[in-house]
Amino acid sequence: MNRVVVTGLGVVSPLGSSLAEYWAALVGGRSGFGPPTLVPAGRVNTKVVAQVKDFVASDHFDERQILLLDRVAQFAVVAARQAHNQSGLSFSEELSEQTAVVVGTAVGGQNTAEESLRRFYTEGAARFHPMTIPKAMSSAPPSHISMLFGIRGPTFAISSACASATHAIGYAFQLIRCGAITCAMAGGTDACITPGTLKGWEALRIFAPDTCRPFSRDRKGMVLGEGAAILVLEALNHALARGAEILTEIVGFGMGADAADLTTPDPGGMERAINGALASATLAPDMIDYVNAHGTGTAINDKLETAALRAVFGTSAGTLAVSSTKSMVGHALGASGALELVAAVMAIRDQVVPPTMNYLGPDPACDLDYVPNEARRRPVRAALSNSFAFGGLNAVIAIRQFAG
Amino acid sequence: MADVATGVLEIVGARMRTADCKLGFATPLDSLGLSSLDILEIILDLEQRFDIEIPYNVNTKLEFDTIGALVHAIERIVAEQAGSK
Repeated sequence: MNRVVVTGLGVVSPLGSSLAEYWAALVGGRSGFGPPTLVPAGRVNTKVVAQVKDFVASDHFDERQILLLDRVAQFAVVAARQAHNQSGLSFSEELSEQTAVVVGTAVGGQNTAEESLRRFYTEGAARFHPMTIPKAMSSAPPSHISMLFGIRGPTFAISSACASATHAIGYAFQLIRCGAITCAMAGGTDACITPGTLKGWEALRIFAPDTCRPFSRDRKGMVLGEGAAILVLEALNHALARGAEILTEIVGFGMGADAADLTTPDPGGMERAINGALASATLAPDMIDYVNAHGTGTAINDKLETAALRAVFGTSAGTLAVSSTKSMVGHALGASGALELVAAVMAIRDQVVPPTMNYLGPDPACDLDYVPNEARRRPVRAALSNSFAFGGLNAVIAIRQFAG
Repeated sequence: MADVATGVLEIVGARMRTADCKLGFATPLDSLGLSSLDILEIILDLEQRFDIEIPYNVNTKLEFDTIGALVHAIERIVAEQAGSK
């Protein structure tokens, strides 16, 4: 069984489109929230979202490339370039066949699909652009990453709503662990602040009208975000042989389904996924110092996630630091698990836990240490990143400080 | 505002899950066997019928517990939003 390490991180987020900006903002407790300007004003009720700001396609791609890349793929490719740069990997012919690209996305090329349909229904457009389907398909982001780097191993998208990125990274981890491949570029991407997605979420009536306050009293729901994060995963021996800087070790992955309700989470399902990650990592619960929670800021998720963590951690729940970075970057759906795993990797690397912002005070149903409103320096030996999706699809990754 | 009461009774009546219950102003909403989806659909039906926006958020407690309270809430929203349309 191969050990698996992380050697590169790339981020496109509402807090900036580089790892350095993203991590500095998380530790500084800065929010990426604002009014939705990516959609036509007047017909959406949503007051606050977390948009990727100052992202100009032509800064990253030439005109010909832009024709082929939906915003969702642009995010993924820009994040992949950063991760690749940091890793210092170069793909020989042999390694290119031994490398996978696995990218999670919840809504894929929604911008392209919606814009085409808008023109069809409202402008009577008689024909679509020839790249409509290739841009809109959910597997376009991993395809573009594969083409950019000449990666010729297993390449595909994974879709499990809000757990997509965690499933993607977890699956890539398993492929390396079992020896099927040597390296992977894995993560998630979503560019979901579109009129259709916003109206759909509005109909569920779970958006906060003000801000996202995970685990806090008087929390009023989630804030929709967008972005991408890609991680370079590598078999430990391969990373050591080329003298790569090792950022952290991925040690476990747990996943499962509630088989219960399409929208209401089940704490039993969450608990099984967390226990699955711990068992796969052969880590005792008291080795985990930090949990980057799913923490959406909805009344029900935060209460049930707290119950699941209490059930798994028992007495060691008292010393656990739990935080939700969604309080700063919102919920980027299929990208959220990757953005959050990056935060957990950096927490281990810098021994600093990012805060849960906008916290007003305890809710009796949420009684853990949520690192309220201020980052905290503390030992972080190992951490979990939780993702619990609509449809009852749960995925949890365990990482550990690399100690040779 | 009689049309509001009629509309509410009609819309809730069409979604309720308890066959033997006769709807009146005093009927508690939680006695109707409504799922969370039923409630979302009732709110949607009311918004469509009266051309209003109901500021309902599933993360906060329902502000109306009976049919009568729901009728009053809708009447108030209809009156408030009448001028803004």
